[in-house]
Amino acid sequence: MNLKVEVDVPKCVASGQCVMLAPEVFDQRDDDGMVILLDDTPPAELHDAVRESATVCPAAAIRLAES
Amino acid sequence: MDHAMTSATSSEFVLTRPATAPLDPPPVYSRLRDEEPITRVSIWEGRLSAWLVTHWEDARAVLGNPAFSSDTSRSGFPTFIEDSRPAPRGFFANYDPPVHTTMRRTLTREFMVKKIDALRPAITDITRELLDEMTGEKGPVDFVERFALPLPSLVICELLGVPYEDHDFFQSHSKVFVDLQSTGEQFTASWEALNSYLLQLLTAKRSKPGDDVLTRLGEHVDTGAVSERDAADLAAFLLFAGHETTANMIALGTITLLQHPDQIPYLLAGPAEAANAVEELLRYLAIVHGGLRRYALEDVRIGDVTIRAGEGVIVPLHVANRDPEAFADPDRLDLGRANARQHVTFGYGIHQCLGQPLARAELQIVLPELFRRLPDLRIDVPLEDITFKQSTTVYGVHELPVTW
Repeated sequence: MNLKVEVDVPKCVASGQCVMLAPEVFDQRDDDGMVILLDDTPPAELHDAVRESATVCPAAAIRLAES
Repeated sequence: MDHAMTSATSSEFVLTRPATAPLDPPPVYSRLRDEEPITRVSIWEGRLSAWLVTHWEDARAVLGNPAFSSDTSRSGFPTFIEDSRPAPRGFFANYDPPVHTTMRRTLTREFMVKKIDALRPAITDITRELLDEMTGEKGPVDFVERFALPLPSLVICELLGVPYEDHDFFQSHSKVFVDLQSTGEQFTASWEALNSYLLQLLTAKRSKPGDDVLTRLGEHVDTGAVSERDAADLAAFLLFAGHETTANMIALGTITLLQHPDQIPYLLAGPAEAANAVEELLRYLAIVHGGLRRYALEDVRIGDVTIRAGEGVIVPLHVANRDPEAFADPDRLDLGRANARQHVTFGYGIHQCLGQPLARAELQIVLPELFRRLPDLRIDVPLEDITFKQSTTVYGVHELPVTW
């Protein structure tokens, strides 16, 4: 299964939850803490952490497409 | 079914927990959550009616929807006290965009995960020093005074660049902000006192800059991003929010762990387990228990109810966190709970707690350090003799005598 990740930077509120859950996939910009997507097609072993990131993101700024 | 006309029968929203179950939400709200998940309650001794939204999913639907305003200056907003004064802009939790966005964005980089991770060694050192001092004495000692309160106060002082010697001053004014007995006048007086104190510190940082938030707030003033007054209010907001919350969470978390000694080995099993244990304690305790307050700007359907424009909403986080549809066997503490992190303890939506990486780091360090160092830690009195904070918007204990 493929998991395609998109982030909506203007919606991001810099809660940092995705960075704590999946640091291989998400980072934060140094100047304002907004999300940076490091890997838009993460490997299978990170899928659970990425799904959890999307669930807990307070701004619903992480979108996932599974194929 | 539409409940909009049932306000006459609603009862007063209360925070008080029964002495027999001081760590659980008031039973009346657990019952309402299961029977009438969106219901009317009254506040201000019956002078205002508001919707109480108790399901986890509905709580997120309200808090994630910009149609629900956080602007406490609106007439009819269900503020904690009726005699509420307009909040300073730096207390941006009480504002909507664009003020909220402007104010929050000046601070987001300060609480980035990597910035907070860099603070972990300092937090560990502070924890060990406080434990050294406390255990250098013969117990019992007051755990709140000696450990739970100084720890986050020292950390936020370090982060902000505020001298810890002034802790009596800022701690006493912070108490006014969470006390439901405070008048609007007392709130304003405490805010003014903290504002002028932090203005002085901001000015001093101009000539003697440091690697701290106050210095960088001064830079935001220079670029014109915020006014000097706003910068002082932002610092006051951080100073208050940075210790009043975590201090109570450390004390209540410790009580909770001592009541579930069989789960302490899980907390001590490693960093991943400690992190999950902290999420479960956050879910279980949800110390910001006064309910997040909102005001509908337009008609919105939530669950089976239409909340009308102009109506107030209260979202009791501690009740939503015990929703059986979101968390299996919700009243049971389970430090290994797989979805513990889905709690709404830090809120949800654009206002979700900015300081959450700091709160998490502190708890993830402090609780394992404490129980590793003091495996025989115990409360020196029966639990029923402990006085819980029943009239503050942040739940906790006033004192906690411990021995080890």
